[in-house]
Amino acid sequence: MAYTQNDFKKGQPRWCPGCGDHFFLASLHKAMAEIGVDPWNTAVISGIGCSSRLPHYMATYGMNTIHGRAAAIATGAKVANPDLTVWQVSGDGDGLAIGGNHFIHANRRNINLNMILLNNRIYGLTKGQYSPTSPRGFVSKSSPYGTVEDPFRPAELCFGARGHFFARAVATDAPGTIEILKAAYEHKGASVCEILQNCVIFNNGTHDAVYDKAGRAKNAIYLKHGEKMLFGENNEYGIVQEGFGVKAVKLGEDGYTEADVLVHDAKCEDNTLQLKLAEMEWPVALGVIRDVEAPTYDDCVTAQIEEVKAQKKYHNFAELLETNDIWEVK
Amino acid sequence: MEIKEKESVVVRFSGDSGDGMQLAGNIFSTVSATVGNSISTFPDYPADIRAPQGSLTGVSGFQVHIGAGKVFTPGDQCDVLVAMNAAALKTQYKFAKPDAAIIIDTDSFGPKDLEKAQFKTEDYLGEMSIDPDRVIACPLTTMVKDCLADSGMDVKSMMKCRNMFALGLVCWLFDRDLNVAFNFLKEKFAKKPGIAEANIKVIQAGYDYGHNTHSSVANVYRIETKNKVPGRYMDITGNKATAYGFIAAAEKAGLKLYLGSYPITPATDVLHELSKHKSLGVTTVQCEDEISGCASALGASFAGALAVTSTSGPGICLKSEAMNLAVIMELPLVVLDVQRGGPATGLPTKSEQTDLLQALFGRNGESPMPVIAASSPTDCFDAAYAACKIALEHMTPVILMTDAYVANGSGAFKLPNLADYPAINPPYVPEEMKGTWTPYMRAENGTRYWAVPGRQGFEHILGGLEKDDKTGAISTNPENHDLMTRKRQAKIDAIQVPDLEVLGDKDDAELLIVGFGGTFGHLHAAMDEMRAAGKKVAQAHFKFINPLPKNTAEVLKKYPKVVVAEQNMGQLAGWLRMKVDGFVPCQFNQVKGQPFVVAELVENFTQLMNK
Repeated sequence: MAYTQNDFKKGQPRWCPGCGDHFFLASLHKAMAEIGVDPWNTAVISGIGCSSRLPHYMATYGMNTIHGRAAAIATGAKVANPDLTVWQVSGDGDGLAIGGNHFIHANRRNINLNMILLNNRIYGLTKGQYSPTSPRGFVSKSSPYGTVEDPFRPAELCFGARGHFFARAVATDAPGTIEILKAAYEHKGASVCEILQNCVIFNNGTHDAVYDKAGRAKNAIYLKHGEKMLFGENNEYGIVQEGFGVKAVKLGEDGYTEADVLVHDAKCEDNTLQLKLAEMEWPVALGVIRDVEAPTYDDCVTAQIEEVKAQKKYHNFAELLETNDIWEVK
Repeated sequence: MEIKEKESVVVRFSGDSGDGMQLAGNIFSTVSATVGNSISTFPDYPADIRAPQGSLTGVSGFQVHIGAGKVFTPGDQCDVLVAMNAAALKTQYKFAKPDAAIIIDTDSFGPKDLEKAQFKTEDYLGEMSIDPDRVIACPLTTMVKDCLADSGMDVKSMMKCRNMFALGLVCWLFDRDLNVAFNFLKEKFAKKPGIAEANIKVIQAGYDYGHNTHSSVANVYRIETKNKVPGRYMDITGNKATAYGFIAAAEKAGLKLYLGSYPITPATDVLHELSKHKSLGVTTVQCEDEISGCASALGASFAGALAVTSTSGPGICLKSEAMNLAVIMELPLVVLDVQRGGPATGLPTKSEQTDLLQALFGRNGESPMPVIAASSPTDCFDAAYAACKIALEHMTPVILMTDAYVANGSGAFKLPNLADYPAINPPYVPEEMKGTWTPYMRAENGTRYWAVPGRQGFEHILGGLEKDDKTGAISTNPENHDLMTRKRQAKIDAIQVPDLEVLGDKDDAELLIVGFGGTFGHLHAAMDEMRAAGKKVAQAHFKFINPLPKNTAEVLKKYPKVVVAEQNMGQLAGWLRMKVDGFVPCQFNQVKGQPFVVAELVENFTQLMNK
């Protein structure tokens, strides 16, 4: 069935004007329309936080649950009802602080969830405390002298948990966002999409280098599987291998030519180079960084049930009783 | 030989963890149940997983109470104690009655065995002041080896049959028909007929040994069967019965059963049991933590399954936020709390009733949840079924409480016929409401409708934020919050539960004994003893704790004295005082991690009556 974004829209979003969540929501509506799964076969499940309000603006089934538990709740919904397309939406606090355990285990189990991580590197709803993705030294209401801890790098956490899909987009970049959302849907298994999103009130400018088109032209690289990793306003830069890592070079300088530029391989099972790409500070890697096929938990659960059904001779409660040692009192 | 006719007898099998005491005990209870005796069993495992062989901490026991009429507990103390080694005698003798018969394997009382069991001399009987006349001392290991000499088995395999010799001896003592035991073994070892044959041979040898050598020494007991209820039976533990109750309810409701769980003593056997039954379509997810166990179950409930999460007290602490979410989202969910000793890690393998107030109140906000407590191992089945029915039909999380004693104990379970159980009809939103339905519209009994994803036209959002009664949108309107709070409470209050039943001298009792959950058997046995001694006593036992039965106040106020006896510091008593105006009961509270001792109850209650 052909849908338009309006088929997935509901209500009037209440985020602050200029919040990155508005941009992302519009992209999600469009992506869902393009994907074409019926709204009634779709569930959007969030935790708590500014971005977790999102399900209220979806014309699908949804839950706006409790802080940190979105991935756990989504896990149960998907395993119990594998026909449902499940989107799990969390912010960086919801997903990586209080919900960190569920985030890694959903990845490890490889449950077929589309996991959205809206990363603004701040706690917005509680009015401005540092989050687990805030950089070291970050000054906030709860860290007036700067934080003394290192942040998580979401891709590193995902890969460390043996995640098979990781993609990144900037909230204001609709085509880039829609592209990774569609790729996340197509990928069978846990698909993590990190959305770089600005909080205009408490952390304005955190993603400035890539937040507008001009910035992205200079400071971001759009990765495409099977294509050379070139970037810059005139593709004058490229990603090359150096030792055990990667680096950005200007073609024609220091003897580098286009022939040295690496071809992106999102399908490579070994995530070493994908991690290097995800962790680059310049340029910021956007697009699908890792997309590797693996058995999904929900499929395996269903398959195992079918397998055991075929093996065992009891299939209802009355037959189950008969498998025990029974005696008769006359 | 003297033949003692007895109303009931308690036998305790004890030995090393590896001695097969649980199997011997199980077969003996099955053999007894087959002739129609009533049975109640309780396994007593060591806390250590693999304690050194022959050590005091490695002793495992299995107590079975068999009776002519109904028995309600595994018994305070045993009439027959089987001690397979010195450590077993040392640690288990305290469970024996002063005139108990004691069966020991003298081959396991060598100098090293005695040293491991911390005996100081070789006169172990003297050290423990045990009258040798009460002891059936037999070189059990030697006889098992002799018996199996021609079998071609190695010594290690032969030693595994020692428990069967003890079983044979006990069967002789109770004049039991060995054929039932033989059939049990033939079925158990259907794929290994050699092992079945060896075990059968050893049982027979044990029986013959008793018959030939000890007929002059010991008593032979006869437990005649009275009030047999004909039917087909199996032995079942509380945890297994709980799992079966969930399976039965899911089948009756036509729903997939989903269990989200995290291993925790003493609830883990429910996860084990349900994980086995994939051929019934049961889905079990062993989650990353207790939180996820409950949260994933709630997700499964939203998606249309009968969702269950199983745990013990420490797990309830972690699950309470998702339980609370289930309260405000009004989704069905069954939370099983197999209570153990607390607080914190407490006494993980021991039994208490200390989570009642946590179950009733342990959540932020006004968060009413139905609470049901199973009264015996077999009652776990009915209690689990009732919990599922209430959860599904009233769109609410329900706490099902059992405890370590009920969960690990077992009883003879008359095979239920699912056709006899009430239907389970969740309030699915009627198709004709499409277009006008909002998520918090309620049926006549105050229950929210269930719109399971996949139905076109019923897309909606639920969540942890307060919602508008009419539109289902987020609302902070003060009047609306007050209204929704009252509606959630009224929905629980409206749940129909059976009236409280009064047992014993219901018309003229001078003392009413009140309890809840797993203490039913002990309190009932105490009442029976007191009535046999001429006292006027009645018993009322709570299975449905929230909401309370309608006749609660009437029953509690009818008798001149009421004692609320519980394995906590007075949690049920406090709840009843809160719900019944002017009710001030006497209390009996014990928090030892052990089942009540009937004799202690009788003594205390009798004193109470004489005051």
